[in-house]
Amino acid sequence: MSKKRIATVWLDGCSGCHMSFLDMDERLLAIASAADLVYSPLVDAKEFPDNVDVTLVEGAVSSEEDLHRVQIVRQRTKTLVSLGDCAITANVPGMRNPFGTIPVYDRAYRENVSFDPGIPNQVVPALLPTSRPIHEFVPVDVFVPGCPPSADTIFYVLTELLEGRQPDLSPRTRFGA
Amino acid sequence: MSPVASVKTLKIDGRDLSGRQEETILDVARQNGIFIPRLCEMEGLSDVGACRMCLVEIKGQNKLLPACVTTVEEGMEVTTNSPRLEHYRRMILELLFTERNHVCSVCVSNGHCEMQMLGQRLGITHVHFPYRYPQEDVDASHDRFVIDHNRCILCTRCVRVCDEIEGAHTWDVMGRGINAKVITDLNEPWGSSETCTSCGKCVHVCPTGVLFEKGRSVAEMLKRRQFLPYLTLMRKENE
Repeated sequence: MSKKRIATVWLDGCSGCHMSFLDMDERLLAIASAADLVYSPLVDAKEFPDNVDVTLVEGAVSSEEDLHRVQIVRQRTKTLVSLGDCAITANVPGMRNPFGTIPVYDRAYRENVSFDPGIPNQVVPALLPTSRPIHEFVPVDVFVPGCPPSADTIFYVLTELLEGRQPDLSPRTRFGA
Repeated sequence: MSPVASVKTLKIDGRDLSGRQEETILDVARQNGIFIPRLCEMEGLSDVGACRMCLVEIKGQNKLLPACVTTVEEGMEVTTNSPRLEHYRRMILELLFTERNHVCSVCVSNGHCEMQMLGQRLGITHVHFPYRYPQEDVDASHDRFVIDHNRCILCTRCVRVCDEIEGAHTWDVMGRGINAKVITDLNEPWGSSETCTSCGKCVHVCPTGVLFEKGRSVAEMLKRRQFLPYLTLMRKENE
C-alpha cells in the first residue's frame, strides 16, 4: 500500500496548533512511517500539491489570501480537518470582528508605528471585513476543537483518519480545551 | 409541606417514579439521577423556562415542554432524550454560541463553564449557523466584580438571585429579543449602583464567564454554587 499524503496549513492563528502537532514528539515517527508530510509550514514545499489525503488547517479565514488558500486546499484534499478553535469559531482572530477593519489597521500600522506609518497596499494581503470559521467558506470533513487541541488529540485524529476511520472528538476535546 | 401531600406517579424514560404534585419533571428527574440539560434553572431559585434546554417529550402531546416549569401529573409519560430532543438542544446551544462572542480560550470561566461543558456533552464540535460577532460592553466600574456582556446567555440567574435571595433587585433585564441585556439599577454603571450590596451571589450563580471577580485571568474563575440550595432550605425551615 502506498503511503498516505498529509499536509498542514497555517491561516490566521498563533501557530499553537502546529506547536501541539510537534508535541506529538516520538509519535511523529509513527505518523511519518504511515504518511508523507507533503506540505506544511514545517517543511519546504512552496506550493500546495494535488491529491492530498488529509489536510489539517489551523486558523481562521481573515484575509483574501487565507480565503484563496483554503479554496485551493479544499480542491486538492480528500479529508479537510479544521484544527483548533480559530479554524472552527474564528476564536481570538475573530475578536476584531465587532470593530471592523479600520481600527485594526490603525492599531497595527499607524498608532504603534514611528517610521512611515500607513496602511500597506502591497505584499500584506487585504483583510476580509470579518475573520470567520473555515466551514463558512468551504465544506469541512472533521472538526477538532481546542486551543490548541492536545498532541494526544491530534495523534488520535491522524491515526484514525489514516486508517480510514472517522474520529469521534467530543469525548476528547472541546472549545477552549 | 401541606398536611395533605398529594403524590403523583409518572414514568420518566420508562422508569416508574413518583413526585409531589408541586414538583416539576426536572425535580423528579434530578432526585432519581436522570440527567436533563439546563442552563437557566438552578436549585434554590424560581424557574423561568428561559433557556429551553430542558425541553422534554410528553406522550400524547405534540408540543415539547420545558421540564423546569412543568409540574408532574398522574400517569404522565416523559421522554428526556430522543433524536428530536437532541437535535433541538444542539440547535439552541449553537444559536447561543453565535448570538454573542463566546471565546472559550480566553474566558475566565474556561474549563468551569456550564455552557461549554454542555456543548461538549451534546457533542457539539462546531456550529452550523453564521456567527453574529456583535459589539457588546464590558462594565468594570464595580470595585470587586466585572460584567462582560459578550458571554451572556440571558439566563437571568443573576436577576433572580439578587431579587429572591439577596433582596436587593439590583439586576434586571432591559430591551427585547436580540437587544435584551441585563442591567444594574436603571442601566447605570454597576460601580455607582446604590442598591448593590456587593454580596457576589450573582457572580457565583452565573453559568458562564459573564460575571466574575476582578483580577481573575483565563480559566481562573471558579464559581461556588453550593451555598444556594442550602440558603434557600434554611430560610424555608425558618418560615
